[in-house]
Amino acid sequence: MTNELVDFTLVSVALLCVGIYGLAVKRNALRMLFAVEIVVNAANLNLVAFARFVPDSGGQTLALFSIAVAAAEVAVGLALIIVAYRMYRDIDVAKFGTLRG
Amino acid sequence: MADAAFLALSVLTIASAIAALELRSLVYGAIALMGTLGGIAGFFLLLDSPFVAMFQIAVYVGSIAVLILFTVMLVRRELIFTKVEDRRRRLAGVGLMLVAMASLGAVIVNSGISGITTDEPAVDFREIGADFLVRYWPALILMGLVLSGAVTGAMVLARREDTEDDQRAG
Repeated sequence: MTNELVDFTLVSVALLCVGIYGLAVKRNALRMLFAVEIVVNAANLNLVAFARFVPDSGGQTLALFSIAVAAAEVAVGLALIIVAYRMYRDIDVAKFGTLRG
Repeated sequence: MADAAFLALSVLTIASAIAALELRSLVYGAIALMGTLGGIAGFFLLLDSPFVAMFQIAVYVGSIAVLILFTVMLVRRELIFTKVEDRRRRLAGVGLMLVAMASLGAVIVNSGISGITTDEPAVDFREIGADFLVRYWPALILMGLVLSGAVTGAMVLARREDTEDDQRAG
């Protein structure tokens, strides 16, 4: 294995920062969901990278759990965006005035 | 040192992550997000974790990206193609991203983990299966319940109660 642990960690940091940028700047709810996905994937990459270099199977198991939980999170997030779009006819988070149903 | 496959994958992954956030059209953004998720699967293959890579492709590229594409198609067309954002906020965001990247990167490069390589054999996927069924079986059952609860909740949330109202409004 020619790649070092620090290379994978640096890629993970870059993805994390891109995701934070998206969460801080974007006002489109779907783009914010994209940014959350990027952050979650950076975390998964870290888990698997450290699990490879220890080596231990626990990191991969935790990454699998994390992927499954992220799938549930995306399903609920998209349903919430659909509900908000139906209420406000917009997916701009600045226009979501209240949480009232 | 990193090899060529690693460098190509990292360029692909980070570039498509930026493209997913910056492309004007949400549809192309969702496709670029697919590129990021596939690139992460490639990293998992480089890390000798083929099981996690296949899971990533099946769950993320196969289902989540398609779900996002369908949601994008439900939204009005002018919302897909317009980008509303504050210019100063955007500049501040880019600055925040670069500062965070540089400082976190410097911390990691100067920490003890730089220079770690491994010659040990990779973890066998049989061990992951044993982990799931022997050590973490309560978590596995709980995760199945969480998933089914989340999917049921999503369907209840997205159900249309007043189809006639929506048709009149749209």
